[in-house]
Amino acid sequence: MQSSVNKERQATAAPASPATPPPAIELKGISKAFGPVQANKDITISVAKGAIHGIVGENGAGKSTLMSILYGFYKADTGEVWIDGKLTAIPDSQAAIRAGIGMVHQHFKLVENFTVLENVVLGAEDGPRLTPSLSKARKSLTQLAKEYELDVDPDALIQDLSVGHQQRVEILKALYRKAEILILDEPTGVLTPAEADHLFRILRNLKNEGKTILVITHKLREIMDVTDSVSVMRRGEMKGTIPTSTTSPEDLAERMVGRKVLLKVDKTPANPADNVLEIQNLEVIDSAGVRRLKGIDLNIRAGEILGIAGVSGNGQSELMEVLGGYSNATGSVKLNGQELDLTGKHSDGQSRRHRGIAHVPEDRHREGLILEFSAWENTAFGYHNEPEYNGKILMDNAAIHQTCAEHMEQFDVRPPNPSLHARNFSGGNQQKIVLAREISRNPDLLLIGQPTRGVDVGAIEFIHQQIIALRDQGKAILLVSVELEEILSLSDRIAVMFDGQVMGERLPESTNEKELGLLMAGMDTSGNGGAI
Amino acid sequence: MEKLPKWADVILIPLINLVLAFLVSGLVILAIGKDPIVAITTMFDGAFGSTTGLGYTLYYATNFMFTGLAVAVAFHARIFNIGGEGQALLGGLGVALVCLAIDWPHWLVALPAAAIGGAVFGAAWAFIPAYLQAKRGSHIVITTIMFNFIAAALIGYLLVEVLKVPGSMDPASSNFPAGAHLPTFNEIFAVFGLNIFKHAPANVSFFVALICAFLFWVLMWHTRLGFAMRAFGQGERGAEYAGISPLKITVIAMMISGGLAGMMAINNVMGESERLILNATEGAGFIGIAVALMGRSHPVGVILASILFGFLYQGGGELSLWEGIPRDLVIVIQGLVILFTGALDGMIRRPLENLFLVLRKPTQNGAV
Amino acid sequence: MEFFDTIIQISDSAVRLAIPLLLACLAGLFSERGGIFDIGLEGKMLAAAFLSAAVAAATGNVWLGLASGIGISVFLGLIHGVASITFRGDQLISGVAINFLAAGLTVVIGQAWFGLGGRTPPLSGSGRFANLEWPVADALQDVPVVGPIYAELISGHTVLVYVALLIVPLSWYVLFRTRFGLRLRAVGENPGAVDTAGISVVRLRYSAVIICGVLCGLAGAYLSTGLAAGFVKDMSAGRGFIALAALIFAKWRPVQALIACLLFGFLEAIANRYQSIDTGAFEIPVQFMQALPYILTVVILAGFIGKAIPPKAGGEAYVKER
Repeated sequence: MQSSVNKERQATAAPASPATPPPAIELKGISKAFGPVQANKDITISVAKGAIHGIVGENGAGKSTLMSILYGFYKADTGEVWIDGKLTAIPDSQAAIRAGIGMVHQHFKLVENFTVLENVVLGAEDGPRLTPSLSKARKSLTQLAKEYELDVDPDALIQDLSVGHQQRVEILKALYRKAEILILDEPTGVLTPAEADHLFRILRNLKNEGKTILVITHKLREIMDVTDSVSVMRRGEMKGTIPTSTTSPEDLAERMVGRKVLLKVDKTPANPADNVLEIQNLEVIDSAGVRRLKGIDLNIRAGEILGIAGVSGNGQSELMEVLGGYSNATGSVKLNGQELDLTGKHSDGQSRRHRGIAHVPEDRHREGLILEFSAWENTAFGYHNEPEYNGKILMDNAAIHQTCAEHMEQFDVRPPNPSLHARNFSGGNQQKIVLAREISRNPDLLLIGQPTRGVDVGAIEFIHQQIIALRDQGKAILLVSVELEEILSLSDRIAVMFDGQVMGERLPESTNEKELGLLMAGMDTSGNGGAI
Repeated sequence: MEKLPKWADVILIPLINLVLAFLVSGLVILAIGKDPIVAITTMFDGAFGSTTGLGYTLYYATNFMFTGLAVAVAFHARIFNIGGEGQALLGGLGVALVCLAIDWPHWLVALPAAAIGGAVFGAAWAFIPAYLQAKRGSHIVITTIMFNFIAAALIGYLLVEVLKVPGSMDPASSNFPAGAHLPTFNEIFAVFGLNIFKHAPANVSFFVALICAFLFWVLMWHTRLGFAMRAFGQGERGAEYAGISPLKITVIAMMISGGLAGMMAINNVMGESERLILNATEGAGFIGIAVALMGRSHPVGVILASILFGFLYQGGGELSLWEGIPRDLVIVIQGLVILFTGALDGMIRRPLENLFLVLRKPTQNGAV
Repeated sequence: MEFFDTIIQISDSAVRLAIPLLLACLAGLFSERGGIFDIGLEGKMLAAAFLSAAVAAATGNVWLGLASGIGISVFLGLIHGVASITFRGDQLISGVAINFLAAGLTVVIGQAWFGLGGRTPPLSGSGRFANLEWPVADALQDVPVVGPIYAELISGHTVLVYVALLIVPLSWYVLFRTRFGLRLRAVGENPGAVDTAGISVVRLRYSAVIICGVLCGLAGAYLSTGLAAGFVKDMSAGRGFIALAALIFAKWRPVQALIACLLFGFLEAIANRYQSIDTGAFEIPVQFMQALPYILTVVILAGFIGKAIPPKAGGEAYVKER
């Protein structure tokens, strides 16, 4: 704690002597509100030139907002930005680019049907005619590729590139614009561990060239691996800056959430009974003709949680969609020994629910809830045809209302007001509404995707307890999460997916993040060691 | 916390938008060298000054209730049905075929039959664009526009070549039998010994429209189908998750929409002209868009907006008669209403939201 | 030989009829490539047709008419821009509103100015665009095959026809070979990419609707001062919608747009020529010929002729993500 105070003091004292270069970035007293939400409160931070600096914090802590202000995407309500010791106004992204700031957004800002070259040139053209700009950029890209291990085919279309390569294009864009300061927002969220390592090598190369790098993340391992110093944000406030060498993941985690976190979930060993779900040779081909699932074999027994680990986009979503009834597949899926219809007219969400499958989808806002509906209407969402919610012709709105109120009480939803629109609840309370709806009907199998994404810490514990309680009642649970920690702490068995295939199954007690990471990258760890 | 209090969303914003639309209309009238005050009083007199005028106003309003509800149904499923005009034209064909089929004994028998005929034809005409959108991904806005043109050509062909009375030059069907005559307001009130609504075309269809508005409310907020349509309107992903078939809902919503538009024909074809004529709809299908937007796709709003447009239509007719301003002025006002309530909604809404936010802050602090 | 003459005449007519479609189609192309759907092409064309004819009738100067037509079309385009860019309103609804505004205003103002029930007085002389006779067209007239093609098909159109045809390669160049084109295509696909590159999404999209307005203005002016000699009520007659269909058919590409518009122009020319002709064995009703472009459009939209993928960000207002 002492060291962080010292560091902060250093940061606020403006360096006067020319011997020590001014910090690359200094933010002073930045505040930003979105309507009633105070996203940033009086943030002050200083980053030395040539450093890799991490900013950690939970989802919604205000990290991205702060960086967007630095990049001119939002205007701060109050506060100053100093770049290289000069007070700099950054009213828009153009000004940020001029000030030498480049940003790699969490969701890439690339034009999918443009080539790499066109994306790099966009906004940094040399004149009204395109051809000279393109040929100049081509030369420049070759140069940058050599310098920083940033190889990408300049003529490839973005939509044909892997996520890792797309990210390199984003970095190239910034470098092509002569960025001296590079901001990366959650850069490894969609990367395999191997791709992430490559990224870190690139970042170190950039640092060696004197560039300043800001990495925003909620993943502590990365912070420890790659940064020189780290700032912690919590609920819109800056909670201190410390050299990475003086801290530990546990220490950072505590600072992030403001109290000790339970990284382990309390649970007794599972008592798995008979198979509830048996999946054999499941294949999915999407509308573009791409094979999304390439022969999945899995089974889940009653009283067991099967966790699916994997970098997002490797078939987990498709698996959930098939089991949830809204995408077609070939192969065989048996529930309690009976085949599920994978293509015909019983292949829809409602038929699945009737067979005893409950589904808490990955995307709460677009699938699990209707944000513009009231909470009570959401209680009937997906179950709106059920007899207990309907009379002969009309719906029994009072009964739905009543059920919703009961759910809210059981799951401690706040505020407990069934008439409020779903949009107006916090992420955790929204998830509780969905979870209550899905598990209150005594399903045999629960599909649950990203159960705690965008959910506050208090609610995470509650949701985890609910999932384990359901398992202890003898239900089968399929858990999909990109958070390895969550998978490791909740699952009784772990299957790793990569490129539409199951790379292997492991038991949580006999594996670790490293092994899972290799599997997630498509490496076989079972002994022969060969990559696929 | 809701951004706006409900009353502001439902009443204040439409009202401000309406005032803006009328202000601009007033400027148009000024620009062509007429007096907007005289224009509005002329319109008001013409539309509400006598029971005859009122009878016309309500007659037009009846048309707009049907087409407004039609557009509103589709809006709830987030489908933009610009094809109300064509569907209403086809509805006219359905009503005419039913009315001409037999010598109807009494209007009480003929009306339900004709209403079904109109609804079926309108729904069938809406089915094709709906199916093409859901199954082949063709944009329903464009296809329904095309279907309006095709409907006009089809009806034109049938009237000129098939349904025309032999020997007549007039492209119109023969007159409907007497048993298909719907009681007008004048005839209804004559039962009570009143001689009002003289020569006005308003007829029992008005009450059918009100019943439809009530059924619309029941459907949307008290049945599973309405629930599914509204859920679908909020996003296709969510609907698929819930097991709501996009194909089914798109087709059903559009067929209900087309059916309502087609039912309009009991008012204009059966109730007023009592035969099928060219361009019987007179743009009522398009006015449905303005009515649905204005009425926030809620049946009460649609009824009120229909009466407003009924007033504009009847008053607009008076304008052209007495002030020499073409009735097309109503189309201008219609365009302005669509512009302000539909496309420029954010212009009023966002400042109002901010205003309410500012107004609310002190009370919140006070409560703490 | 008679058959050949007929072909030439129909082709000539097809070119004339294709031009307003082409201009409107290219207008839509710029707008939709920039991410703004525009079903108000019809209205803009109609308003431009009216005002160019009205001004040409009043001043006797067709160029002033053209400028006014472009002016009103751009003005309506800016309304669409304010609604759909600045206030992020629904682009379809805004387009519908503009169509009604134009349909109503042209008649109301036309009646106030000319008292002819919404028509403008017939145009003649310098109030119209004259047909340009190409050199030696007369002399070549009698040469078989080449003569009629040169004299009737190539020569003898108004200047707007040639301008429209030149705009096709120009549009291609602008879209695919200039900085502006790159940015315009980007803003229709992913405005977020444009915004983070430090380029104003709003300004780009406004440029798109303005270009769209200019081209619709040309289309409208051609209708009333080139193709016809004066304005009549509703004279755009659904051409704005057919242009949209051609745009989809052309998959938002300029050269393909030309081909699509020529096809539709050809259909219209045939319909105009054969509407009263009984083929003997069976009779194609005139109404069917009139409806044919719309039917064909539906068939195209249904994807029976190739799949069309619109610009990805089209129809959506750009909101910065939080």
